[in-house]
Amino acid sequence: MDIDKKITDDLVANDISFVTTVPCKQLAGVIEEIDNRDDIFHIPSNKEDEGMGLCAGAWMGGKRPAIIMQNTAIGVTINTLATLIQYYRMPLPMLISYRGELREPVACQVEMAVHTKALLAQMNIPTYHFHHQKDVEELDMILKYTFMCNKPVAILTDANFWGGYGDQ
Amino acid sequence: MIRSEILKEIAPILRDQLVVCNIGIPSQELHAIDDQPTNFYMLGTMGLASSIGLGLALAQDKTVISIDGDGSVLTNLCTLPTIANNVADNYILMIIDNGSYGSTGDQPTYTGKKTSLAGMARAAGCENVVEVMDVDTGPALEKAIADRKMTVMVVKCDSGNAKMPVITMDPVVIKDRFMKAVSA
Repeated sequence: MDIDKKITDDLVANDISFVTTVPCKQLAGVIEEIDNRDDIFHIPSNKEDEGMGLCAGAWMGGKRPAIIMQNTAIGVTINTLATLIQYYRMPLPMLISYRGELREPVACQVEMAVHTKALLAQMNIPTYHFHHQKDVEELDMILKYTFMCNKPVAILTDANFWGGYGDQ
Repeated sequence: MIRSEILKEIAPILRDQLVVCNIGIPSQELHAIDDQPTNFYMLGTMGLASSIGLGLALAQDKTVISIDGDGSVLTNLCTLPTIANNVADNYILMIIDNGSYGSTGDQPTYTGKKTSLAGMARAAGCENVVEVMDVDTGPALEKAIADRKMTVMVVKCDSGNAKMPVITMDPVVIKDRFMKAVSA
């Protein structure tokens, strides 16, 4: 299965046409796939809270948005999630590279990984964790759920899901 | 002129446009001067007015004006390259630059010292950057709207706030009526 294509197909099938990204090595393939699709406007962000602002604007302009980022971004975006996305009740699927999990080669990544689920739980953000490739089958339902409940929803995707990281 | 005097003067121009207004006293002032369904008031999230406005402008065709401040742009400087590289000709970023953090007690920002936001916007790649004095805001804004060309306006004015009530409207109500105005 081509995960990058499957993820992008699910975004398109759910009418998501505005995607902002802050890159991660694990996300490189899906970002490239999104960039190549005519039915998605891809706007790279320099910082994830900026990206959430873009998504909020796009949503109010009638487009379904999504953000693609690393889990380190949870540390950057807590205020934006609370005072913009949640306070104004906006839907936002967050496809998140879950760095610092099994098969992670960079020790510092673990330092945010150990806080990631706790922070998301503290924020009452529905959170899904893709560990095996077959977990991607739930993405379509998760996207539908996100736009049903008008909440930010986190999809954590770890190195095992992506088939390893770098030379691992 | 202080920001509230500028807002009073340009209210008749803003009335027909989609406006994303910055957190704190700027939103309170605009809300008190001329509340409109076409105004999106930020109640939190300092720095993101320019990003929300750009996303809105890219998603639909109506003119969008983000009313931002020097302190807020400084806190989200990475917005300038994103704006420059994703041109939306229905987008006007109007930065009211009074050289101070108005909502927190008028502490000075660096734009009152060596830093030029117009220079930074140009360096980021924004092609249409205009610096205007407070008294010239109305005509400059009307020109930017008529030109239908993405514009960054830096409006230099005095530091100071008008005493206005806090916005008590529910955020979901603000969003809902704004979205209806966007799609009307």
